[in-house]
Amino acid sequence: MSRKTKPGRALVFAALGDETRLSLVARLSGGRPHSIARLTEGSAVSRQAITKHLHVLESAGLVRSVRVGRESLYEFDPEPIEDLKGYLDRVSLQWDDALSRLKSFVEEQPRDQVSL
Amino acid sequence: MENTIEKQIDLKAPVSRVWRAITDYREFGDWFRVKLDGPFVAGQPAQGQITYPGYEHVTWRAVVQKMEPETLFSFTWHPYGIDPKVDYSVETPTLVEFRLEPLPDGTRLTLTESGFDNVPAGRRDEAFRMNEGGWTEQMKNIEKHVTQN
Repeated sequence: MSRKTKPGRALVFAALGDETRLSLVARLSGGRPHSIARLTEGSAVSRQAITKHLHVLESAGLVRSVRVGRESLYEFDPEPIEDLKGYLDRVSLQWDDALSRLKSFVEEQPRDQVSL
Repeated sequence: MENTIEKQIDLKAPVSRVWRAITDYREFGDWFRVKLDGPFVAGQPAQGQITYPGYEHVTWRAVVQKMEPETLFSFTWHPYGIDPKVDYSVETPTLVEFRLEPLPDGTRLTLTESGFDNVPAGRRDEAFRMNEGGWTEQMKNIEKHVTQN
């Protein structure tokens, strides 16, 4: 399977914003690849719908299809989720820094002492 | 993993002081480390040069959304969009909100940043319209799965 250009983070977030897709990711995140038939077992959703959801996950880079013999299986790729987490952690850390600077600013400069 | 960043900080300064520090463009620029071209105006874009060491070449851009005196200041932007090779204008911006509440001895500031899952209109797939709520909980489940494996 050729590696496509890296999907946008928003696309990954959006792909995960659906219960059926989340349950598919949850099943595949065990590490073992599964066939569409296997993933449809015990699901209230049709095989066709599962296929469609897998394609959405695939376009977000969350799963990829692998061929095993004559069978096409889907496997989980943790990288986009790890990337999202790292990204949010970085943005979050930047806010911690900015807010601690704001705290010093308002607590140490109660009057108009703009230092630019 | 959350879809929204939320921070809360108590400041030993009156609400009026904090409001000025976040909405006066010079004061904002001081602690946020950006030299803004002009005042914040609701509904208007704002921009300036980052003054954070090492990032002085980067232009800071946001669009001011709401300015409700001493209560709410919000803008949309591309969070820390500092890679000059990336065209952030095609990405959907996130929403940053500063909410102020008076405390007996100061001000409680709640900062939220949301909208990380907004997909640019051009990339919307029909399937994404099937989105359902409550996925923050689900993300936690996924993360648990991912970290356990």
